[in-house]
Amino acid sequence: MSNAYRIPAGGRINRKKPLKFQFNNQNYIGFEGDTLASALLANGVHFVARSFKYHRPRGILSAGSEEPNALVTINRGQARVTPNLPATTAQLYDGLIAASQNHWPSLNVDAGAVNDLLHPVLAAGFYYKTFMWPRNFWNTVYEPFIRAAAGLGKAPSEPDPDFYATRHAYCDVLIIGGGPAGIAAALAAAATGARVMLVDEQSEMGGSLLSEVSVRIDSAAAGDWLASALETLRAAPNVQVIQRAAAFGFYHENFVGIGQRLTDHLADPSADCPRERLWKVRARTVILAQGAIERPLVFGGNDRPGVMLAGAARTYLNRYGVLAGRSAVIATSNDSGWLTALDLARAGSAPTAIVDMRPDVAPDLVARAGDAGIEVIKDSRVIRTSGRFRVRRIVVARNDGAGQRELACDSLLMSGGWTPSVHLWSQANGTLSWDETFKAFVPEAAPGGVFAAGAGAGVFGLGETLQSGWSAGSAACRSAGFGAPGATRGFRIEGEIAASPATPLQAPSTGRAFIDFQNDVTAKDIRLAVQEGFQSVEHIKRYTTTGMATDQGKTSNINALAEAAATLGVSPQQAGLTRFRPPYSPITFGALAGMKRNGTFQPVRRTEIDPWAEQQGAVFEPVSLWRRARYFPKAGEDMHAAVRRESVGVRTAVGMFDASTLGKIEVVGPDAAEFLNRLYVNAWKSLAPSRCKYGVLLGEDGFIRDDGVVARLTEDRFHVTTTTGGAPRVLTMMEDYLQTEWPDLQVWLTSTTEQWAVIAVNGPNAKQLIAPFIDGIDLSDEALPHMAYAEGNIAGAQLRLFRVSFTGERGYELNVPTSEARRIWELLHAAGAALGLVVYGTETMHLLRAEKGYIIVGQDTDGTNTPQDVGLGWAVGNKKKDFVGKRSLNRPDMLKADRPQLVGLLTEDSRTVLEEGAQVVSTGPAGARPLGHVTSAYWSEALGRSVALALVAGGRACMGQDVAVCAAKVQTRATISGTVFYDPKGERINA
Amino acid sequence: MIQVRCPYCDALLPEQEFAYAGQAHIARPEDPSAETDEAWRDYLYIRSNTRGLHKERWRHVHGCGRFFNAIRDTVSDRIQETYRMFETPAGGSADE
Ligand SMILES: [Zn+2]
Repeated sequence: MSNAYRIPAGGRINRKKPLKFQFNNQNYIGFEGDTLASALLANGVHFVARSFKYHRPRGILSAGSEEPNALVTINRGQARVTPNLPATTAQLYDGLIAASQNHWPSLNVDAGAVNDLLHPVLAAGFYYKTFMWPRNFWNTVYEPFIRAAAGLGKAPSEPDPDFYATRHAYCDVLIIGGGPAGIAAALAAAATGARVMLVDEQSEMGGSLLSEVSVRIDSAAAGDWLASALETLRAAPNVQVIQRAAAFGFYHENFVGIGQRLTDHLADPSADCPRERLWKVRARTVILAQGAIERPLVFGGNDRPGVMLAGAARTYLNRYGVLAGRSAVIATSNDSGWLTALDLARAGSAPTAIVDMRPDVAPDLVARAGDAGIEVIKDSRVIRTSGRFRVRRIVVARNDGAGQRELACDSLLMSGGWTPSVHLWSQANGTLSWDETFKAFVPEAAPGGVFAAGAGAGVFGLGETLQSGWSAGSAACRSAGFGAPGATRGFRIEGEIAASPATPLQAPSTGRAFIDFQNDVTAKDIRLAVQEGFQSVEHIKRYTTTGMATDQGKTSNINALAEAAATLGVSPQQAGLTRFRPPYSPITFGALAGMKRNGTFQPVRRTEIDPWAEQQGAVFEPVSLWRRARYFPKAGEDMHAAVRRESVGVRTAVGMFDASTLGKIEVVGPDAAEFLNRLYVNAWKSLAPSRCKYGVLLGEDGFIRDDGVVARLTEDRFHVTTTTGGAPRVLTMMEDYLQTEWPDLQVWLTSTTEQWAVIAVNGPNAKQLIAPFIDGIDLSDEALPHMAYAEGNIAGAQLRLFRVSFTGERGYELNVPTSEARRIWELLHAAGAALGLVVYGTETMHLLRAEKGYIIVGQDTDGTNTPQDVGLGWAVGNKKKDFVGKRSLNRPDMLKADRPQLVGLLTEDSRTVLEEGAQVVSTGPAGARPLGHVTSAYWSEALGRSVALALVAGGRACMGQDVAVCAAKVQTRATISGTVFYDPKGERINA
Repeated sequence: MIQVRCPYCDALLPEQEFAYAGQAHIARPEDPSAETDEAWRDYLYIRSNTRGLHKERWRHVHGCGRFFNAIRDTVSDRIQETYRMFETPAGGSADE
């Protein structure tokens, strides 16, 4: 039965190029130019899917991206398995392998079909009503059950092996939709010199023109006119024609997202070609010419395979040379069903009958149908259908219910009217009005720079459509500032059968009449929702899920609205339409992610010393965008062993640490000291040149934002350091105050983070290690005491030397030009062997500072802590009249005794290391009260026990008190202590 | 993605180059210590949450780095006008 339903000639397929393909392990032949749907239909295959909820047999409903039923999985092997593709948009290629989905064990024998028998209990709101209690069933029983029972296709679990491109584009006129309206618009715009982009989702430009066989435009056959128009457009240097490109979202100010499929139609795509391209187009003007979508009729069993939209059947016939069946019946509520009937008749396969809901039909159409031998049944509609996997019989009756009779058929081609595609128009904030003729919403007031044309604007008839496109093209060019051609250009149309899209709104139906095929929503479900009290269409939509599937309700929205409005007893315009949201058609995550994945997900900042650390086998961790060496394990060491060795090395000999990621801002100018004085809590004016101070920065709310050592280099020059992650934030804050609050201050700010690399050298042997390499600086404790600053040279490189310590040991921070850092680092490293040098990472740094009670902003603070809260009250220049945040420190809440305060915690069992984030709870007779949480916790090799810092309510007044620390399933007893665990007298700083 | 005209660069540029910086024309009090608790609370936290034309601050963070003011319609999410710090907008006064 190969291609048994293919007519002998005609269509736009290439009969010289047969293509082999597989569906559900069966081999078939199609032709170049086919979609998977047209090729299946040519082979007599209608039953291709099981529905989402009831697992009902489903066929191919449409011939385009509106398809709700025929979703298939296309398998290119391994990770290249794509589920949920409409067979109607999948272009056939040689060797294509597709399978149906949502069934087990097979399409014909599906255990899930039992759901269809259970439909009385699976109605609208079933999930909400049934899966409520017990609560612990939500994640463990209900959700897995629902997911397994009502699934779409399965996505592969392997990483996506393909890559995806992104392109930004700008144009004067973006035309969405390459049908007659879009092409006419492009022809009008092309001549003006405007930059024009014409995009269409299909494999071939032309839209409805591709399904016209007998119409002539300006004396040329429709196909020839189309070819010559496209030739004109492709030859125009200012016009870009993009195929397989679906505009999925209309965003602010004519910013349009377009997904272009580049390789899915190829049998053997090149590995160098991206699979898809995401276009981000900013257009001066946009013309929406997306046409209209035919609506199903709503009657019992309208979802059976073999029941198809009449317009789709006409497309399969005229464009692909495929018959939907050998004995069709047309069911329609408007003229367009008749066009399909007459085209089928001309192809020698006239339908047996036309069932029209209307009592009166244009006499010309009735006469033509009579001539073709088609029985005309007016004032009647389909009541129900039968046939197991394909429609075999239908029952029709007059509108008043009388005169029931049965008709045999192998296909039922229906038309319930046309719905203009206004999704993008609505997304663009264009308003809509109800059109009584088409029974649909059509574009009304235009948002700026957006135009609608053709059937999408409610314009039908080929001549009118072409003219509407031309006018829109002309108006768009004028609006974009180009000299435009005249607004009218007559298109001469011959051979078109005059047909009106006027349609009555459908009457309420009986039986299992489907409205939303993809989400399995019936007319009865909509009525039930209204009965249960839902009045807004937005609520009815969410309760029944109508229009919420991946097809975005393209075929169902108006039918759902009609049913809801009828049940509510209001007019459709009173009921209103639900809001359209992107995406209009599905877009892959791959296209959205583009190059932003794996190594190119976000930039990784590396220090100059990073490659050396990598050579040494360092383990890294991300800190904001930086990657930092966390520890340097020797053979056989885990992190804890490495940190024990590194920390002991620093405390007993000397350690070297790459601190280059510290943020650095140079603050320069006659008012630099005044500026810092107003910004930071500290008193800066008294700081002498060549001295450093630990600075604390608050927000106006009084909470700590950042901290860091600041050196005064000269009277008018400061070297400010910030936390690694805080540098951009601090610079922004400085700029904000300088530009907007104190523009009178003469201060200039420069980020120098990447100019200076920082080598921190800490430990009793620190001075010995660096001294031999340093020129021009007296390193004696008298000349360079703790918190002093000096400039000189190290091994021939410029040196800014800070005598500071974040470990409690004698410490130096060597700021050297980044380009010299690696050389200096290696020099010091080589010399250090004799002095017991260790290289340490961030983990040891964190431990050493915690042993001293030094905070890390963002770890020991959470954005709601004042300097007082964390024991930094000493840093605050209380004598200053003002600084950023000062006023807030006197707000009543800031003075409460039970504010969270930073304290130490010593566990009862000294070996237990607490969990960071664990809750601190009181143990008194009053019972357990939450007091705060652990912010830092480590094993301290120097102290031979664990140490921890915690924020505890009123903690400083509770020294020596016991608390419980609760983490998941573990409770630990601990005692509140001071925060300085190691060397409380601070003697090591000069050791 | 909206478009923003930087009044210093005088160029209409994509939103990605800019950072929003809160409601405009909230001046830091001359002497915060003289402010009552209520007045200081209002300065810190109380914002207009306007439906309609909203005067707000933006920074051309990936460009010239300057802070400036904008009048944005919070309904249409379109910026009607931008103007430099300490200047008065063409479309009205510099309050709110
Ligand atoms: Zn700028």
